[in-house]
Amino acid sequence: MAFARIQWPERVLAGDVVKVRLLVRHPMDTGYLQDLLGKLVPRNVIRSLTCTWGQQEVFRVEPSSGISANPLFEFFVRADQTADMLVEWTDDRGVKGSLRQTLQVLPKPSA
Amino acid sequence: MSLRSFVSRPTAHGLQVLERGSWLVFMVFLWWGVSGFATAQTVVPPERSLPLWQLKSGLHFAGKDVQALQADEFANPAQLWLNQGAQAWGLPSAANGKSCASCHGAAATRMQGVATRYPAIDAASGRLFNLEDRINQCTTRHQQAPALTPESDALLGLSLLVTQASKGMPLRVDIGGAARAHWQAGAALFTQRQGQMNLSCAQCHDQNFGQRLYTDPLSQGQPNGYPVYRLEWQKPGSLERRLRSCYAGIRAEMPPWGALEMRQLALYLTWRGEGLPVEVPAVRK
Repeated sequence: MAFARIQWPERVLAGDVVKVRLLVRHPMDTGYLQDLLGKLVPRNVIRSLTCTWGQQEVFRVEPSSGISANPLFEFFVRADQTADMLVEWTDDRGVKGSLRQTLQVLPKPSA
Repeated sequence: MSLRSFVSRPTAHGLQVLERGSWLVFMVFLWWGVSGFATAQTVVPPERSLPLWQLKSGLHFAGKDVQALQADEFANPAQLWLNQGAQAWGLPSAANGKSCASCHGAAATRMQGVATRYPAIDAASGRLFNLEDRINQCTTRHQQAPALTPESDALLGLSLLVTQASKGMPLRVDIGGAARAHWQAGAALFTQRQGQMNLSCAQCHDQNFGQRLYTDPLSQGQPNGYPVYRLEWQKPGSLERRLRSCYAGIRAEMPPWGALEMRQLALYLTWRGEGLPVEVPAVRK
């Protein structure tokens, strides 16, 4: 089963630059490690991970074997209007995972 | 005194000394007998090698980066397993439709303080159970589902969830009654030299904590963060798995999974760490 967490500030106003944090559960096996019986664990890393916010792709990463297990990604988006953030990833075994969460954007108060 | 005043003075004095002396001896014997009786009647709490003020969680010996990762409620990777546990808590069993929640209610409130009391004696079977055993007992008996594999993500998720409900509460195990013999066995194991390195737990974790073993500071071996996310494992693991790592470190003969020996040692460790708050979800190197 695929598990991921995504986080942004509680209160996001239109026009804000928002830090998005993304934590994905994945072993990120490098292919160089042995299991307890001495057999090599085949390489299995996230091949590609994309974040789409509304219609627009806002983040894409192709992590290699140098990235740790259960990787944490951080990126910034400019918040315009409320939309769904869709995270999708595929690993070397072809296992796909996804997470959808709505990023609420409040209208900017007129000063 | 009035009678004795007829007797010549030196003799009276001698008698008095003798009388007082024998009284003193008698009282000493009486006190000894009574205190001996008292010790036999009331259980004297066993002496602790580490007093409360000296207890330090493993977090104290961890690096700043590890401490920061544990403190970060979002980035702490154990949260991913906690999410899984929270999902599994409400998931009905395929056999009879019962979920953990249908008996226990909300984990965060109803499971408060439960994890601080384990390992404990299971009333039904009389065996020493750790929390994972208890969860599996529930799974097989009440949910009529197959037992969860040790160290599987599903079991770790549930044990993390239940332990997190006791976050901040002090460890307090019962070592009386049927648990007493297990506690004694655990205490003996803790101080027993074993393995090719011929080391006991106490030599590192009682006598030399805070010193370095190669580059790593030796901790006190406190169990208050378990199940813990270890960077070395790249996933969470139970106290039993951690104890097995120590066994491998001292090159001792590895007991099988689920061995009573590990539960006895865990009981002693938890008693030894009594007073330390539960830290789950914790991160260690």
